[in-house]
Amino acid sequence: MSDTNVQRRQFLKTSVGAAAVAIAPGMLLFDMAHGKSDPVSSKVRWGMLIDTANCADGCNDCVTACNKENGLSGGLSPTDSQWMRKVELKDMRSGRTLALPMMCQHCEEPPCVDVCPTGASFKRADGIVLVDKHLCIGCRYCMMACPYKARSFVHEPLHDQKPDVPRGKGTVESCTMCVHRVDKGQQPACAEACPNKSIMFGNLNDPESEISKKIRTVQSTQIRADLGLNTGIRYQGI
Amino acid sequence: MTSHSPLRFKNRIYYSLVAAGGLVVLMGLYAAHMMEEHGHIITGMNNQIVWGIPHVFAIFLIVTASGVLNVSSIGSVFNKPDYKARAPLAGLLSIAMLAGGLTVLMLDLGRPDRIIVAMTHFNPTSVFAWNIFLYSGMFAAVALYLWTMMEKRMNPWSKPAGLLVFVWRFVLTTGTGVIFSFLVARQAYGTAILPPMFIVMSFAWGMAVFHVVQAAIYEWNGKLLDAYVQKRMKNLMGIFVIATLYFVAAYHLTNLYFARQAEFERFILFDGGVYPLVFWVGYFLFGNLIPLLLIYHPALGKSKCILFASLLIILGGFSLLYVFIIGGQAFPLSIFPGYEVSSSFGDGAIGLYRPSMPEIMLGMGAVGVSFLITAIGIRMLDFVPHEIPKSR
Repeated sequence: MSDTNVQRRQFLKTSVGAAAVAIAPGMLLFDMAHGKSDPVSSKVRWGMLIDTANCADGCNDCVTACNKENGLSGGLSPTDSQWMRKVELKDMRSGRTLALPMMCQHCEEPPCVDVCPTGASFKRADGIVLVDKHLCIGCRYCMMACPYKARSFVHEPLHDQKPDVPRGKGTVESCTMCVHRVDKGQQPACAEACPNKSIMFGNLNDPESEISKKIRTVQSTQIRADLGLNTGIRYQGI
Repeated sequence: MTSHSPLRFKNRIYYSLVAAGGLVVLMGLYAAHMMEEHGHIITGMNNQIVWGIPHVFAIFLIVTASGVLNVSSIGSVFNKPDYKARAPLAGLLSIAMLAGGLTVLMLDLGRPDRIIVAMTHFNPTSVFAWNIFLYSGMFAAVALYLWTMMEKRMNPWSKPAGLLVFVWRFVLTTGTGVIFSFLVARQAYGTAILPPMFIVMSFAWGMAVFHVVQAAIYEWNGKLLDAYVQKRMKNLMGIFVIATLYFVAAYHLTNLYFARQAEFERFILFDGGVYPLVFWVGYFLFGNLIPLLLIYHPALGKSKCILFASLLIILGGFSLLYVFIIGGQAFPLSIFPGYEVSSSFGDGAIGLYRPSMPEIMLGMGAVGVSFLITAIGIRMLDFVPHEIPKSR
């Protein structure tokens, strides 16, 4: 083989290598940014079943995990965002007490989506209710309409946001059911963090899923079921 | 041009008033800038009281913008010449107040820079989205109506244009009331009585604002309002005040009848601190009893009394809206009926709200916008019958 040929081959090899090194991370990032390429489907309806009997008094692990996962400050002032909170309940007649985590109930008929003037509040085909941070004008009508006080308004400029969880000053936000994790096949942070496994996450539309089987066998409640919103979050033991 | 001193003096006052109005508008704009810079943290609003003083101003101005057109509707639609002569002024006031109300509503948004999104993305199930059409359509309808009245060749069209405005204002005020009617889960709202209640409120407050402006213009021009016209207009205003009180009473009595609403009513009418106080003293006493006495007492009912009554009715309107909007949100949502609840997010607790300076400035700025449009409009165009001070 002539010297020129060897040199040419060497040159081609190096070029291809360099091109691969240059393009690969871009492709990888592009893939990461766009997540799964399959569209979400209404065959799935994500939901949760929360067993209040196992929800320990004073335990706040789900809330802490939510704050950490979504980059919330964890502040408790009336202007701080709280996507998830522990509510202490006491039956006024019997005096029975219980505690439960409260967040966006991911309604099938979400009032926040109905009232939003720009369509920023929307429901994904798989039942997760979200806010499009690019369309939200910050009118707060959804906060007025939500029966569960699930939404927060960003009152201050934000710093150190999580790349997976877009937020913005002057817009409204709430529990996303950790959509960025769910789309990767993971559980929402709260479900994973619960030490008693009181939060069961799964597909309500699949009769064979663990959550569907359990809902068939135990008595579960939707909060403010009288409103007919068909929430995706169900509670046991209220 | 004449330059005798009284006119020059009046000119000077006029320009000072316009300058003062401009200053108030500037303060409002500065407040809006601060709110955009720092976020809503500098207001008294929070995650429980999400709508505050700016919304009290906005809704008062928008509702009254529709109500002030009573005068023109009675003139054009019901053919009463006394009112017809005042229709252009009513139209101008309507545009001015609508502009003021929309300004504050827009500048209070979390992202006022995205207002264009509200035009490009339209959710048909949202009454807010519909209101964007209703409000901008109202500007167009009233402007058309003014044109048919002020341009001689268009005069034959003023009746159909007046009818259009008449229908539009009903729909517009309905749309404003429906904002609250459609809130399914809040004890204070979510009732079909609100749209008609808002319409009647608009009648009363519109008449009151019209009276104040008319009195100022007549005083300015050294004219006396015809006693017959004055009597007709004050009686009409009195009837609207009584009608509003009737609706407010029906709203509260119905709530009191429902056991599940009893606690809310106890809060808003009796033990809710500032809200019952504002309701009974601001709305009931100053907004109803005293003005009705001033209007209907045989020994009273003269120009000064009517002006004073009108100012009190406006005060009563603000009081009622403050209790309705802010008191309505301060009472906690009933998420778990039958349970005592507590949490870090204010569940089961009365929401705290203290209006801050920037949001009050923003609200006042809106009134400033309305004032400026009215003051300049009256000076530039023929809005007052017979005795307008021409600018040139």
